[in-house]
Amino acid sequence: MTRIKFFQELFQRYRRPGDKVFAVVFLLFALFLLSQLGEQTQWVKRTKWFAQPSLWPTVAVCGMVIFSAFHALGSFVSPRIPGRWTEVVFWLRSLEYVLYFLVYVVLVPLCGYLPTTLVFALFLALRAGFRSKQALGLVLLFAFSVAIIFRGFLQVKIPAGQIYNYLPDALRAFALTYL
Amino acid sequence: MDTLLSGISLLAQWDVMIALVIGSIGGVIIGALPGVGPAVAIAILLPATFAFEPIVGLTLLLGIYGSSMYGGAIPAILINTPGTPVNALTTYDGYPMTKRGQGHRALSLAYSASFFGGIFSVVCLIVLSPLLALIAPHFGSREIFLAAFMGILLVVVAHRGQTFAAGMLACFGIFLNTVGLEPVKYTRRFTFEQSWLTSGFDLIVVVLGLFAISQAFLLLIDKDHAPGDTHVDGNMFSGLKELLGIKRIAGAASSLGVLMGMIPGVGEFTAQFLSYTYAQKTSKDPESFGDGSPEGLVASEAANNAVPGAAMIPLLALGIPGEALTAMMLSVFYVHNVIPGPQLFENQLDFVMALYVALILLNVIVLVFLLFSTNLLLKIIQIPTRFLGIMILTLSFIGVYSLRNSITDCAVAAGFGVFGLILKRLNLPIVPIILGMVLGGIMEVKLRSAMAAVKTPIDFISRPIAAIIFVMIVGILILHVRTLIKEHKAKTKPEPLGPDTEHSSQQG
Repeated sequence: MTRIKFFQELFQRYRRPGDKVFAVVFLLFALFLLSQLGEQTQWVKRTKWFAQPSLWPTVAVCGMVIFSAFHALGSFVSPRIPGRWTEVVFWLRSLEYVLYFLVYVVLVPLCGYLPTTLVFALFLALRAGFRSKQALGLVLLFAFSVAIIFRGFLQVKIPAGQIYNYLPDALRAFALTYL
Repeated sequence: MDTLLSGISLLAQWDVMIALVIGSIGGVIIGALPGVGPAVAIAILLPATFAFEPIVGLTLLLGIYGSSMYGGAIPAILINTPGTPVNALTTYDGYPMTKRGQGHRALSLAYSASFFGGIFSVVCLIVLSPLLALIAPHFGSREIFLAAFMGILLVVVAHRGQTFAAGMLACFGIFLNTVGLEPVKYTRRFTFEQSWLTSGFDLIVVVLGLFAISQAFLLLIDKDHAPGDTHVDGNMFSGLKELLGIKRIAGAASSLGVLMGMIPGVGEFTAQFLSYTYAQKTSKDPESFGDGSPEGLVASEAANNAVPGAAMIPLLALGIPGEALTAMMLSVFYVHNVIPGPQLFENQLDFVMALYVALILLNVIVLVFLLFSTNLLLKIIQIPTRFLGIMILTLSFIGVYSLRNSITDCAVAAGFGVFGLILKRLNLPIVPIILGMVLGGIMEVKLRSAMAAVKTPIDFISRPIAAIIFVMIVGILILHVRTLIKEHKAKTKPEPLGPDTEHSSQQG
């Protein structure tokens, strides 16, 4: 009993809700990588150990397995905290914004950087609960400034929107270069 | 002297000066905004700086790095919310002073201490530079390998109470760096026959995901709030005079900041912890610490502001970044084919000097700006957090997409954004991943070249500097084990586990 208590005290640590889920998933991920080590890396003939392509992946994956095993152990022997699944739901809620972000990324080369950024920022503002004209106006101003500064002024490498090809001649060249 | 003048002439260009002013003032504003740290800002701006000359890009990033902690002290003192994680200790003494109606005194003292720390570190570096230029060429492959290994080791053991988590995340970083087509034998590593994995994980994509996009998600999902309206009256110059009375603490704290900044893997938190402990132990009034002690405030602010300058040392002299922000700066060098390391110190000391002078100038610009515009800044920081989230996500897109116009990069960055959000929610450190990625790559290359000249294992540490670093590594391990045993023995009854005893593990 004393030994178990000593063991528990040795590995107990401060945690937050959801820690156990993360610790287990990370350990499983590390074990998966370990199982793939032979398949996904090569041991090359006539090459010394320090130049082997599989040396550093082996070091890294073994380190991940060992440390994540201890991390998970610490999680299991520490006092239980309520709210684990509420926390996991919180993590999953970020996927909604991942989706918005990726839709934005796909639309930029099609609809052009400036128009897509204006719509994206406005949509996010509405989704985040902003309703006042002042807030929405500021969001649009911000999106407009970002697009003009980075693509127009700093000429950051963002492709022109395909939609710009349908603009009248006078405006097309300008839009393709600056908007 | 000639190198110093040559360095100054490098800075005397309009684009460098504009970058310095924008970086310094932008850094203060970013630092003052709770929820946005210098890491987020540097990650976002990084790809944009690739288009500039190295000195312009680095000055901009250095400006943000060096000035953000000044700004972070403002909400820490006035509203008990640290602007950047390293200002958390400032709240201990700064906020109680505000509650006693001494907000302007605390702010003025914090600015003065920060200025002292910043300038002190740069002066130390300028004085030390000739010595560093002398030592740096003696760092061969094995010394750099050992120094990089020490960096990984330190970043793991420095996360007290989270050593296992830091270890697994550092190893995860090393793993990420190995994914893709390996450049020497051209074999594939963990590509799972997916073409998008062949080119591996780009450091900037990972950095943007872990620091910036994760923060945007966090701010957008969490409850919306904005710092309340507050105002500060009084003479902001008074702190400069008051600091003279506490110069012993300021000097010790700055020295510790310089020392901790120079050691890879250690940083502001350790420097602050040591200087605060020193200040408390040697104070005539130790009870007042944590309850509005000007000495505590100075110890915290002088130490953290002395770190950025010193952190440039391992980066410039050895090419080894000590923490996440300098790791990001390393990519600016790589993009321009300037490889920091002993040769840089040997052949381009004027470039190094230019960066040091830029650090001095940024401290002056920030101090002058803050002495006159604190109240303006207090108005700016009232941006609602969700609004900040929108801003960060919009800007992050530019960072990731402009790299190579890849939708896959954006998807990978978004994936790391979710991963970073989970780590932040669990208060697990992100920095070990970044250091693992950067230092892992350095270790792989340097081990390969070092072993070519090594016949027996003892050869590896037969040179003086390699031997010193090896002894330091062994010393760190012994000290860590000793501390663990001591802590365990001292634990007669378990510490109360809960939010009161935790501190943030996030940097930037």
